[in-house]
Amino acid sequence: MSLNSNKISRRGFVAMLTAGAAVMALPKGAFAITTARAKALIDQAAAEINAIISSGKSQAAMNRDFERVLAKYGDVPTMARSALGPTARSASAAQMRSFTQAFQGYLAAKYGKRFGEFQGGQIDVRDARPLKSFYEVRATARLRGQSPFAVSFMVSDRSGKDLFFDMVIEGISLLKSERTEIGGMLDKRGGNLDAVIRDLQAVS
Amino acid sequence: MSAPRTIALVLTVGLAACSVPDEPVDIHDPFENTNRAVHEFNKSFDQAILRPSANYYAETLPRPIRGLLSNLADHISISGDLVNDILQGNAEDIGHNFSRFAVNSTVGVFGIFDPATNDFGLERREARVGETLAVYGVPEGAYVELPFLGPSTEREAIGRVGDFFTNAFSYVLEGPSALAATGVGAVDLLNDRAEFGDAIDEVFYESADSYAQTRSLYLQNLRFERSGGDLEEQFGDIYDELEFE
Repeated sequence: MSLNSNKISRRGFVAMLTAGAAVMALPKGAFAITTARAKALIDQAAAEINAIISSGKSQAAMNRDFERVLAKYGDVPTMARSALGPTARSASAAQMRSFTQAFQGYLAAKYGKRFGEFQGGQIDVRDARPLKSFYEVRATARLRGQSPFAVSFMVSDRSGKDLFFDMVIEGISLLKSERTEIGGMLDKRGGNLDAVIRDLQAVS
Repeated sequence: MSAPRTIALVLTVGLAACSVPDEPVDIHDPFENTNRAVHEFNKSFDQAILRPSANYYAETLPRPIRGLLSNLADHISISGDLVNDILQGNAEDIGHNFSRFAVNSTVGVFGIFDPATNDFGLERREARVGETLAVYGVPEGAYVELPFLGPSTEREAIGRVGDFFTNAFSYVLEGPSALAATGVGAVDLLNDRAEFGDAIDEVFYESADSYAQTRSLYLQNLRFERSGGDLEEQFGDIYDELEFE
């Protein structure tokens, strides 16, 4: 495109559109996360989870749907790195990629089974509050024939997007429990990360 | 020896023994070797006796009837909740649990039904001696796994002894009715084992290290309950933690 030309080439036009789209998308990542936004994220995620629970699909199909929700609303790479603990430091980029992928499928299968038992139940988002450098979105899980219990989702924008990085049921953190689990798996396999990845893939 | 004096003695001796780590740590488990042996015993006990009995109980009695027994077990233990509410000076919970007791004793036909929760918004609010000790500033102590009873800490284990004495029904009831009250409590344990069966099986028989997983789950839930459901103290920012790694 010459300097004095007021015509815009097709390529330039496309580039402008892309830039414009990027600018429009910016506020989401550029402005600090707020209580309202953290709550909105989990409102959406809970609505999708409730829809899956009441879908009447097979467990395998529900697990695939849960995995989609997890990937969409959760910061899975960070969760995987945290669950892996110190071993993450010595892992190669390729190992981290396959571990993250396998971990995602494993989480969906493991917690999908639990959520699958929720049939007829649902998750109601109550409120959100700042906690340290992130937000805690508090919800209540109501299951048929059981007393309701507290579920919290921890939301942060540190990844560049609003995403949850932990789910806490009656004080029990998914991340902490999985750190124990993955640590136990590593110990059993002599610290062999590839063996852990294979076994996680087998679960999902 | 009178009950209050027994409690006082147990508490004084026991609390002095509560071990405190030099620095606050996530998991304080100086008795790990012994605990692991007890854990293996508990798993065998569960596999051979508790789990099959719970399954049998759940298959034999329909859920609605098990629910009634569960209500009754909760009702029987409310006197202990009240004693601890008083010891903690928790005026709101004293009122809450007293109203709950009154409603379920009358409308709920001696505690067989639970209209307090269902119609009056007076849900169960447990208060145990372990919690009272925590309110008085007694440290959690080391993690211990007790035979038959499962995961605990030094403070909570002493609390369990105290729970036995704060349950007023153990003074009021005599003979067969005392036995029946104990029986209802025991049967409710079977109900819990059956209701949460899959989750318990997963931790006991499917996790890589069932001892470490049991300990982690127990301590997380205990600290949540003892802090009144506040997660603030238990959670760091994992993004910061990962940056430092």
